[in-house]
Parts: sequence; C-alpha cells; structure tokens
Amino acid sequence: MIALSDFLILGAILFCLSVAGIFLNRKNVIILLMAIELMLLAVNMNFVAFSHYLGDTAGQVFVFFILTVAAAEAAIGLAILVVLFRSKRTINVDDLDTLKG
Amino acid sequence: MGIEKFIFYFFALVMVASATVVITVRNPIRAALFLVLTFFSSAVIWMILEAEFLAIALVLVYVGAVMVLFLFVVMMLDINIARLREGFIRYLPFGAVIALLMAGMIINVVGPEHFGLDKFAEPARHAADYNNTRELGMVLYTQYVYPFEIAAVILLVAIVAAIALTLRRRPTTKYQKPEEQIAVKRDDRIRLVSMDAEKKK
Repeated sequence: MIALSDFLILGAILFCLSVAGIFLNRKNVIILLMAIELMLLAVNMNFVAFSHYLGDTAGQVFVFFILTVAAAEAAIGLAILVVLFRSKRTINVDDLDTLKG
Repeated sequence: MGIEKFIFYFFALVMVASATVVITVRNPIRAALFLVLTFFSSAVIWMILEAEFLAIALVLVYVGAVMVLFLFVVMMLDINIARLREGFIRYLPFGAVIALLMAGMIINVVGPEHFGLDKFAEPARHAADYNNTRELGMVLYTQYVYPFEIAAVILLVAIVAAIALTLRRRPTTKYQKPEEQIAVKRDDRIRLVSMDAEKKK
C-alpha cells in the first residue's frame, strides 16, 4: 500500500530540486526554463495524487489545463530565447543589462 | 513488498536522480535528455495513480513536443557553456540550504502524520473495464467545457505569438510574389514596337 504522503513527499522533493536548480543555473535561461517545467510537474504530481485518493476527477482536469498552459509557456519562452539570441548573440542573464533601472 | 510499491519506489528514485542531473549537468542537451527521463518516470507513477490519460498525454505532449522543441532550440543556439556555468559553485551552498529548508518544511506538512494511510486510505482499484479517458471526457466536455475552450484559445494565441516572434524576412533572400504573378497584365510583358519597313534596294 502506498500512502498519499509518499506521492506528496515526492512532489515536494521535485519542487525543491527545481528551486535549487533556479539558484544554481541563474545565468543559463534554458536550464531556468527546464527548472520551471520541473516545478509544474511537481505540482501536477500533487494534483493527480489527490485526485486518486479523494476519488475526484477534477484534479486530473486541472492537470490537463496546467499541461496546456505549460506547453504554451514553453513555446513562447523558447521563441523569446531565439529572438534574444539573434539580436544579442548571447543568452547569459548577466549580459542582458540594456534596460537600466 | 508488493510489485506496485516496488514500481513506485524504483521510478521515484529514477525521477529524483534524473531531476538532480538536470539541474547540475554541464551540457544543456544532456539536461534536456534527463528531463525526458524525469517526465517518463513521472508518467509511470501517474499510471500507478490510475491517471492513464494524463500519463499518455505527458509522454506525447511533453516528451514528444515540448522536449523536442527544447532540444531544437539548444542545438540552434551557439552558446558558450563555460561562461554560463560561472557562479555555479558559489551559489551551490546557498541553493542547497534553501532547497533543504523548503523540503524540510513541506515534508513536515505533507508527511505521514497528516496524509498517511490512516488518514487517507488507499481507494479500491477500479474494475478492468474502467476507462479513465472516458471519465475525464465526461467532465471535461460538460462541466469544464468553458475552460476547455479558453485553453484552446490560449494554445492558438501561443502559436501566433511564437510564429510572430521568430518570423523574419531577410532582405537578401529572393521571394516569389504570387499576387504580382497572378495580377500581371499583357502590357507588362509585351511591348509593341512600330518600325518603318526596311527598303530593299
């Protein structure tokens, strides 16, 4: 028997790993985007686990919508990345200092 | 230990290990490939939770589309990995402390004393003819049909935005202009020259 807490702890570990990834790879926009995808996966894990243990399909419907929005976000984020690289020849966060403030 | 438990712990271990590799590996292409492994093992765990449709959708949409997009972009960009790794060691203790602190707090909340088997008993398995896709479709097309339409619009906007951002016209490339080709008149192509007849001696 697998307890609900096992799935929630797995989601928590995944979420914290992606938070650590954002801290470690703060220069590399591609890895940052991957860490955000990992975070969304951790949240989806919680939704699916609760949906199973509470016997309610609403959680799975929400995961469906999160997957949709995450796919749109990844597509637009990568498009912005390509445009950025075309104009600046770099994706290093430190070089993106044109906007002074 | 039942086979279900073994599958869960095996793939949970694979998932955590590959997620760790994603955030620490030097090469972005390897990070993308290990992210694929993470998504795949997550799909297996969703299968254990009887979310079959979402597990398949995760493999198809994420591994099949989003990660391929990531790989394409990583391979298209000519990036200097060494410069992007600057500060990795410097931020390592800070990131590790934050992650451990957060993990400790969250696990304290969602741990076995609040969400254990005695609080949330494992529900009975569905019968063999249970159709998760059908169940999901029943609520998605009735109760959630309006959010479903909005999701479709979001995807359309994302397509238009991604194409509009990356489309570029190079001035040096020669393009056919079909509208001008179709609209061409006889006078544009033929020039009638009236000349005097030549005299023969």
